Amino acid sequence: MDIQITLRVDGVQAPLSVDTRTTLLDAMRDRLRNTSPKKGCDHGQCGACTVLLDGRRVNSCLVLAVTADGAEVTTSDGLAAGGQPHALHRSFVEYDAYQCGYCTPGQICSAAGVLAEAAQGWPSTVTEDLTAGTADLTDAEIRERMAGNLCRCAAYAHIVPAVAAVAGAQGVRR
Amino acid sequence: MREFRYERATDLAGAVATLAAAPDGAYLGGGTNLVDLMKLGVATPDVLVDVRELTSTAVEELPGGGLRIGAAVPNADLGADRRVRERYPVLAQALLSGASGQLRNRATTGGNLLQRTRCSYFTDVTKPCNKRAPGSGCGALQGAHRNHAVLGATIDGPDSPVTCIATHPSDMAVAMVALDAVVQVLGPDGERSIPIAGLHRLPGDDPSRDTTLRHGELITAIDLPPLPAGTVSRYRKSRDRASFAFALVSVAVAVALEDGVVADVRLALGGVAHKPWRAAAAEEALRGQPPTEAAVTAAARAELAAATPLPENGFKVPLAQNLLVRTLLDLTGASR
Repeated sequence: MDIQITLRVDGVQAPLSVDTRTTLLDAMRDRLRNTSPKKGCDHGQCGACTVLLDGRRVNSCLVLAVTADGAEVTTSDGLAAGGQPHALHRSFVEYDAYQCGYCTPGQICSAAGVLAEAAQGWPSTVTEDLTAGTADLTDAEIRERMAGNLCRCAAYAHIVPAVAAVAGAQGVRR
Repeated sequence: MREFRYERATDLAGAVATLAAAPDGAYLGGGTNLVDLMKLGVATPDVLVDVRELTSTAVEELPGGGLRIGAAVPNADLGADRRVRERYPVLAQALLSGASGQLRNRATTGGNLLQRTRCSYFTDVTKPCNKRAPGSGCGALQGAHRNHAVLGATIDGPDSPVTCIATHPSDMAVAMVALDAVVQVLGPDGERSIPIAGLHRLPGDDPSRDTTLRHGELITAIDLPPLPAGTVSRYRKSRDRASFAFALVSVAVAVALEDGVVADVRLALGGVAHKPWRAAAAEEALRGQPPTEAAVTAAARAELAAATPLPENGFKVPLAQNLLVRTLLDLTGASR
């Protein structure tokens, strides 16, 4: 069964007829030719497909495209406003936070989500005082909050300081 | 994936009517479990009724001090809700310990309760599984069952049509069982309230059914009653890696002391049974007792006395006992 929807990905609005079985990830990659989000496991376990859906990080492989009708989707590419790299892009380069790069767009989107969640004071399972109301992105907090993004090259040791540097600049790391 | 029709209703009654008329249909919430199961061929609905934007995303105060959680409240938002963090820390901790940040953003409260077991025989359509394919037997009983149930399972041989040793995977539901949450449901016959202990069921002689919900019934909200004054609570989860893994065993503990003895105690175990396991025997043993190491140890042993460990999952019995004992002692201060 095909359904007519409109996807808005990285500021580009695209009317699209999709089979109801199509995931947001496949619609972006195969129909809109936006290959910034990557297909890793396709089961929500690796995080390579992470995008921001109406500002929240989600696994696009588990979102049916029909349910994203009219929503605002931002990929790692879309974070580069006006062609200028996002602070996270620059930081990942500076800290050499990747090897093959396949998981990187998902890592970047997830990190953007982590920063936004911390700015709202959201706690994590390693947060000592759940009632604090503010978040301090320590290394342990970053590791926990980025746990939904796997890196088979194991660049984690560089991803943590790359995210920490941006968190420090944005005031969510003391 | 089987082809399906995608439906959106304009109101809850319309959604219920649509699904009631579709015997092979299903509700779609966040989809983090259902879409995955559809990809695997485990779930094969021919109609999806999208209720994510239809059910409530609000957490509201109830008269008397409780909270009403809309079924579509994302797990992330509920774990971050200030009232949940302050009044029900056991629930906030359970939510924050589950899944990943991305999944918690999409997964809903109602959907979390209704997620299916992660038993690898259930999710592999080439294997026998009485839950997925009733009557096909249980591959796990003589297979890989390290993650499986030690309480309340149906163990009747690998070829039996009733054998099932699957566990319920939710962390959130374990805390809600300890908190005596009440599940609000709308169905073809109207509304009803289900005490959460009566929502999930043991496999019994029909492992295909996870819950007591009837076809077409939709969870609209979950109510949390207020806890007795002075209650302290905690969720503790043991797993194979530090993050983003299901529980091997978890415990939800809420306890209030009065004059040095246990006045109120609610205990639930995760990862040990087909449903979140309310540890009623341990509660009974503790009520009115000072929470000494001897008393809590005896209570934990009383709960696990009925365990039926298998060759690979026997470790869960002492693990559950130790988690209960340590968490109770930590919370009541007797260990310090």
